[in-house]
Formats: sequence, C-alpha cells, structure tokens
Amino acid sequence: MTPLMRDRLDTVRHVLFGNPLNLLAFGLFLLILLTALLAPALVPHDPLRTNAQSALQGPSARFWFGTDQLGRDIFSRVMVATRLDLLIAFGAVILSGMIGSLVGAMIGFWGGFWDGVVSRLVDVLMAFPLFVLAMALVAALGNTVVNVVYATAVVNLPFYIRLARGEMRVRRSLGYVEAARVGGSGDWRILTRFLMPAMAAPLVIQASVNLGWAVLNAAGLSFLGLGVRPPTPEWGIMVAEGARYISSGQWWVAVFPGLALMVTVFTFNLMGDALRDILDPRLRT
Amino acid sequence: MSRILIRLASAVPTLFGVVIVTFLLTRVLPGDPAVFFASNPSMTAEDVDAVRVSLGLDQPLLVQFRIYLVDLLHGNLGNSLSTGQTVAAELARRLPASAELTLVAFVLAIAVSLPLGAVAALRPRSLVDHLSRVIATLGVSMPTFVTGLLLIFLFYFLIGWAPEPIGRLDPFMFEPERVTGFYTIDALLEGDPAAARAALAQMMLPAITTALFALAPLTRMTRAAMLEVLGSEFIRTARASGLGRRKIVVTYAFRNAMVPVVTTMGMTFSYMLGANVLVEQVFSWPGVGAFAIDSIINLDYAPLQGFMLMMAAIFILVNLTVDVVIALLDPRAAL
Amino acid sequence: MSTPVLSVRDLTVDFATRRGPVHVLDGVSFDVGAGEIMGIIGESGSGKSVTAYAVMGILEHAARIRSGEILFEGQDVLKMTRRRRDAWRGRDASIIFQNPRTALNPIRSVGAQIADVISRHAPAPAAEIRARTLEALRQVRIPDPERRLRAYPFELSGGLCQRIGIAIALACRPRLLIADEPTTGLDVTTQAVIMDLIRSLARERGLSVVLITHDLALASEYCDRLAIMHAGHVVEIAPTAELIARPHHPYAAKLLRSVPSLVDELSQLQAIEGSLPDLRRTDLPPCRFAERCERRTAACDAGRLRLEPVAGQPSRLLACRNPL
Repeated sequence: MTPLMRDRLDTVRHVLFGNPLNLLAFGLFLLILLTALLAPALVPHDPLRTNAQSALQGPSARFWFGTDQLGRDIFSRVMVATRLDLLIAFGAVILSGMIGSLVGAMIGFWGGFWDGVVSRLVDVLMAFPLFVLAMALVAALGNTVVNVVYATAVVNLPFYIRLARGEMRVRRSLGYVEAARVGGSGDWRILTRFLMPAMAAPLVIQASVNLGWAVLNAAGLSFLGLGVRPPTPEWGIMVAEGARYISSGQWWVAVFPGLALMVTVFTFNLMGDALRDILDPRLRT
Repeated sequence: MSRILIRLASAVPTLFGVVIVTFLLTRVLPGDPAVFFASNPSMTAEDVDAVRVSLGLDQPLLVQFRIYLVDLLHGNLGNSLSTGQTVAAELARRLPASAELTLVAFVLAIAVSLPLGAVAALRPRSLVDHLSRVIATLGVSMPTFVTGLLLIFLFYFLIGWAPEPIGRLDPFMFEPERVTGFYTIDALLEGDPAAARAALAQMMLPAITTALFALAPLTRMTRAAMLEVLGSEFIRTARASGLGRRKIVVTYAFRNAMVPVVTTMGMTFSYMLGANVLVEQVFSWPGVGAFAIDSIINLDYAPLQGFMLMMAAIFILVNLTVDVVIALLDPRAAL
Repeated sequence: MSTPVLSVRDLTVDFATRRGPVHVLDGVSFDVGAGEIMGIIGESGSGKSVTAYAVMGILEHAARIRSGEILFEGQDVLKMTRRRRDAWRGRDASIIFQNPRTALNPIRSVGAQIADVISRHAPAPAAEIRARTLEALRQVRIPDPERRLRAYPFELSGGLCQRIGIAIALACRPRLLIADEPTTGLDVTTQAVIMDLIRSLARERGLSVVLITHDLALASEYCDRLAIMHAGHVVEIAPTAELIARPHHPYAAKLLRSVPSLVDELSQLQAIEGSLPDLRRTDLPPCRFAERCERRTAACDAGRLRLEPVAGQPSRLLACRNPL
C-alpha cells in the first residue's frame, strides 16, 4: 500500500467515523442497494399477486405494510420497486453525467462557436421548469420507462454541462496545462489525461446529489401516470394508486412507498454531503 | 429604464429558443403527429390524412414553423381537442387558480424561511439553527406529492382542521364573480368574506405543501448568506461605530444577505412551477398544471405546447424581475 | 501628568480554540496621553490588533479577557454596562481599519453610513443630520461633499474610502482614535496623504491617536511615542526619537536594523532569526523573545517580566533583564 493510498484511506476513515451522519448515509445506501439486488428473491409475497379478499387491509403480521386495493402485499411491492426506481435514477444520472460532462469539458476547453451554441441551448433548456420539461419529453417520446430515463437525463444535462464547462475554463489556463503543451501533448491528450480526471471530484458530488433529484423526478412522472404502467411495482405509481384512499383513512397504501422515496432521496443527499467531505474539504458546509 | 429594456431584449433569443423547442417537441420526435392530433384513435387512414393536411403537417418543416410562429404572434395557440376551446382561452381561464396558489405558497415560504434562516445564522448551534438544518435536509428529500398526501391524512382525516381536498371551493358554495380570478380577492370584492375565508381554507393545504418544498432552499440560502455577511469586515466597522443591534442586523446584515437570497428565490420559483403540477393533481386543483396533465392523458397535444410556452415565459419574466430587484438592492450589480 | 486618555493595565487575553487556549496577550500595559500620537509596533501575530479590539470591545466570541483594566479617561471600560459601552463606542473612542473598501458597507451610500453613526449617538432631525454629515466629509477634506453623499464605496478610490472611514470614526468627535494599519492597503503617495490628514486632525482637535502598524518607518515619522510589541508582550515604550536612536530591548534593536530606511548602510540590514513562539504552549517562558535572543541569561527565566521605568530615563519603559 503506497503512502498516498494510505493517506486517502485515512481521509475516508476520518470522514466516515468523524461524522455519524456520513456513516448513516453509507449504511443506508448499502441497505438500499442490497434491497434492490436481493428483494425480488427474498420478499414474502408475490408483488403482482392479487387477492380481492385481502384488499385494503392495514399492516399486520402477515402483510407488514398492509395490502392495496387489489389485495397485493405492499411490503413486497415496495421492496421490489427499489430495483426499478434505482435503475431509472442511476441510468439517467450516468447518461446525463457522462454526456454532459464530456460536452461541457469540450466547449469549456475550446470555446468558440460551439461554446456559444451549446450555452444558448442550455439557457433554453433551463428556461423551462425542469419537471415540466421532463413531462413534455415523456409525453412526446412515448409513455415508457426508457423514455423516463431519457427525459430525466436530458433535463439533468444542463447541470453537468455547466459544471464541466466552468471547471474547464478555470483549469485550461493553469500552469501545468501550459507545461504539458510545451512538452508536446496534443489537445485531446491534455483533455483526457490531465483535465478531465481533475474534474472528477465535483462531478461525482454533483452526481450523488442529482441521484436524489432523479428519483424524485421519476417518481413524480410515474405519479402523474407518465412512464411506468401498472401493475409494475414502482414507488411513484404506488403513491398515485394510494392517493385516493388517503382521504378515507387507508394511509398505508400511499405512505409506505412515499416513505421509501423519502428515505432513498435522503440517503442520496446525505451521501452527497459525505462525498463532498471526502473529496473536497474546501466545499464543506 | 433603458437598462431594463436592454435586459428584456436579451431574453428574446432565449424566448425564441423556447418557441423552437416547443415546436420541435411535437413535430420532429418519433411518432406521427397527425395521429396525436387526430381526435379519435379509430379514425381511418384517409381521416388521418385529412387531419394531417388540415393541420398543415404535410408541409415541409420550415413552412410549418412559419405558420406556427405567425399563429403564435397572433395569440393563436391552437385548439384543445378535448374541450373544444382555444388553448389560449383555456389557459387564461385556469391561470388564476394556479397563480393564486403559487403566490400564496411563495409568500408563506418567504415569511417562514427568511426569519428562520436569519435567526439560525444569528444564533449558531441553537435550537433554531438545528431546526433550520433539519428542515433544509428534509425539505429536499420529500417528494411534494407525498408531503401533500401526508398533510391531507394528518389535517383532514385525523385532526379535521382542513376541508375536504376537492378543489378550490366547497361544492355547495358558488364561485365569486370573476374579476381577477383569485377567489379570495373576488369574494372580498363582492362583499362576501365568508366565501373568501372558505376559499382560503381550501387553499391552505396545497399552499403549505408547495411552500414546504420551497422552504428548504430558501432557509439554507438565507442562513448561509447571513453567516457570510455577519463575518464581513463592514459589520465589524458597524459594531465598532456603536450602531445598535437592530440596525446592524436588519439594515447592514440582512439587507446585504438578501442579494444572493433573491437569486435563490428566482430559482425556487421555477421549481415551484414544476411542483405545482403535482400539487394540483393531489388536491384536484383546477389550474393550468392539472389541465396539462389531462391533456397529456387525452393525447391532446396543443394544450401541452401552450402550457410549456407559458411556463417558460413566466420563468423568464421571473428571472427578469429578480435581476431588477437585485439591481435595486445592490448598486454594484449592472443590469 | 494629567490623566491619560487611555490607560491599559496588565491586559491578558486568551482565545479559546478546540485545541486549547491561545495566550494572545499577556500583561499588556501602556498609556496614551491627551493629544499624543502613540505607535504600537510589532510583527504580524504580535497582538497589536487584538489589543486594539480589546480596547474597543469588538473582540470575537472566542476571546476571553482574563485580567487587566482598560481605563478611558480614568474609567474602566471593561466594567461598563453593555449599554454604556455601546454608547461609548464610536462616540468617545473610534477605530479605523486596514482595508478601507471592505470596511464599508458595499450596498449603502457613504453618506448614509456616516449619517447612521451620527444619528445613533446624537439623534437629530434629518436636515441637521445631513448638515453634520456634510461637515464630517469636509473635515476629511473630501472635495464636492454634496455629490459624494450618494456615492458607493465601489465607486471610490482606496484613499477616498479611508477618508470616509475616518469621517465615520471622527463624526462624533471622539477623544481617542485607534488606527489599525490604516495605510497598509494603500499606495505610498496615498499613505502619506492619509497619515498627514490624521496627524493634522489630531493636532487640531487635541485627539489622541493610537497608530498600529508593522511599518517602523511610518511610525517613526508620525508618532510621538512608540510601544514595541512581541508575541503578546509590550517590550519597550519610549519617545520615538529616543527609541530609534538607542533601543534598549534586543528585539527593538533587531527590528530597527531590519528596516532599510532606518539603517545607514544596506549591508547593515539584518533579518530576525527564528519566529514567534506558539502561543498555545503552556510552558511559555516569562520573556517570549528569550528563545530567539542572543542575550538570554538565567535571570531572564526568573519570574514574571514587567515593564519598568529605566533609571535616568523617566519617559522610557522596558521589560528586559539584559538590555543593550
């Protein structure tokens, strides 16, 4: 183990155990990941199995989160839905993160005509309330899960483009870049070898925060009926289905998926703070 | 004044871009727009073709865009196939409902978050400080539609303070005569304070739901801005001159902190416009957001287009207002 | 000698930090007479600014005044009620700071900032406040004061901003002005202009000035007396000419030898070895210069060091057991 690696591990350990919230964040994150991976195999009931006789029963020993209007076990559905919601969120963030940061880095580095064009485009995109834009995109592209991923990705692009562009503009005139150029490195090499890895930290922090937002976005779209269709278990449509029973007191149908959403987004936000502490102490709140 | 006009002028390219995007959204993306715009999925091929011609969809794209632009400049946003009215008329009819809700929510959010953030900065590590941080973290994690439902469950079902969440007014009451479209104002203008109160009661839960959403970023920013300002050197000069605490906190600290906070307000307003759609859905609020959703479900795309344009236009206007307010607050800010 | 305007006696201040207290000031004592310009000289970190802030009562939360008295015209300001102290500050004693532009509120007009101080200490109808604000601007020789009333700090040069700072400080006719590095952020010509202004205002009004600086050349030109500080101690106080001609404290001597303009030949320039001791230590020696001093003897470590008058030189005070 090199001294550098040891130093990095030390920082990680210091951050993780120094602030209990960070530990909580990573713990929860692990739990959520495990649920996404293992839930379909481990849940007590079939999430799709309906049973009119046990419809709308409150939480009990048999159905830990109660049942919905079709008699399905809410606990199983909430657990299984983790996978889909995480896939959508991760998919959208990875897509927009990679494309956005590449585009942003390129226009930040070279500037010029394309910088103007892309920046204008980003301004236009950001002129729409982003959720509304996502809605319209899904409506226009078609009501499928994949389109939800694309729509969420598009809506998130501006953040990454701006971030990467800003970082690039700051760094492109730094001393070591000049030195590399004098040393004979071409633009592409400088971009990929030196500059983009330096951007990695703020990008990762942005991505973790974005994950929370992507989950909310996807759930919101599903809540409105865009994207995921019943009977697929997904937190957003589960809340939508449960909404009409809230006024008559059957809270469990909507509340449990809602809680799952909250906990997940909360975890991602905490993780963002923890990552920020690890990767860039200067940005600590 | 001329600077305001220049600033307005700079928004035009963005507005134009917005128009282009809304146009492209329904014309270029995969799927046959004619089928979308046709009112009946069981129409024959000839019917669909007829619709296509009548909507000008067989023309080259640029021609279509020109027609679209001309229509737009005449205020023609097309027709809503599900209601039969012009989109412009429908939006105008429903806008006050959304506007009333958003404005009340915004005022609520500011009234709570600004003092909360300021006091949190003035008393670090106190109860208020911790409270503000909890609110900030929770507020960012809670989905608006879940918050709305939880509030309904708590305040309508369990405690019974709130009225049934079925829209703007109790079904047994009559709408006040329409002057502004804001039920509270119109009812008061009519001399009917009972109706005004009823309208306000119906608005409380959805307004609080939307306000909660805005609370987090505003509180966080106010606290951060106040903390930063309180550590500046001119505050030290003010203290050294013997200025009273109130003067220092309000005129010297708070006012300076407002500059970044106002910027955050603009951004938050944009998020609120988006969240509004969800809130209107949860509370059956007959605003533009609900209209947009209904249109999507009915495959009625002209209203969606009009809705998008309107949202973007409102947001651009809000940003302009933010810039003007900041220029008023901070003489260093060039318009 | 009549009652000094300011008399600091045995002031000891700690800063509370997470890793233990920092002993910033230890037994600081000096007097400032009416109408005199006193210079406090020292390296950065010597505690000069902390002393100034302690006198004005604007130390940060983490600061603890452990012991000592700060007598203003015979009265201990540390024992004043909070209300009286707030009224005293800015009216009877004022301070100006190092960076003139950041010391002013960037989004408030300079006229309003002066008016704020005037109306706080001597409320009056608006017209009168305005007249007195203009008067304050004229006092600091700002041309065209009516127009400047509405100006903002970012529109003004550094020198003008410092004049505004002085105008704010002197608006209520205090008897004491503390100037904490007032010209360090300004260019050389402006420095001279501002210092001349301060000196002439002091002479005109019988104002006492405490000039805090690390610039010995500046101090030697404008100050009547000098107090040399090192690591939270005052080590020597004497009239300027006497101190410059013949410093008694080894540190003072080294300080003088490190300033080009005070040295006859450049070859005589010397840096001072070592650096300030870590003030968090609990084992600090009685003389905090001892560890850097060539003249250190056993006597130097024997018990607490105090400023004492030098035999035959009534106006000189020294805290050294092995002086030059």
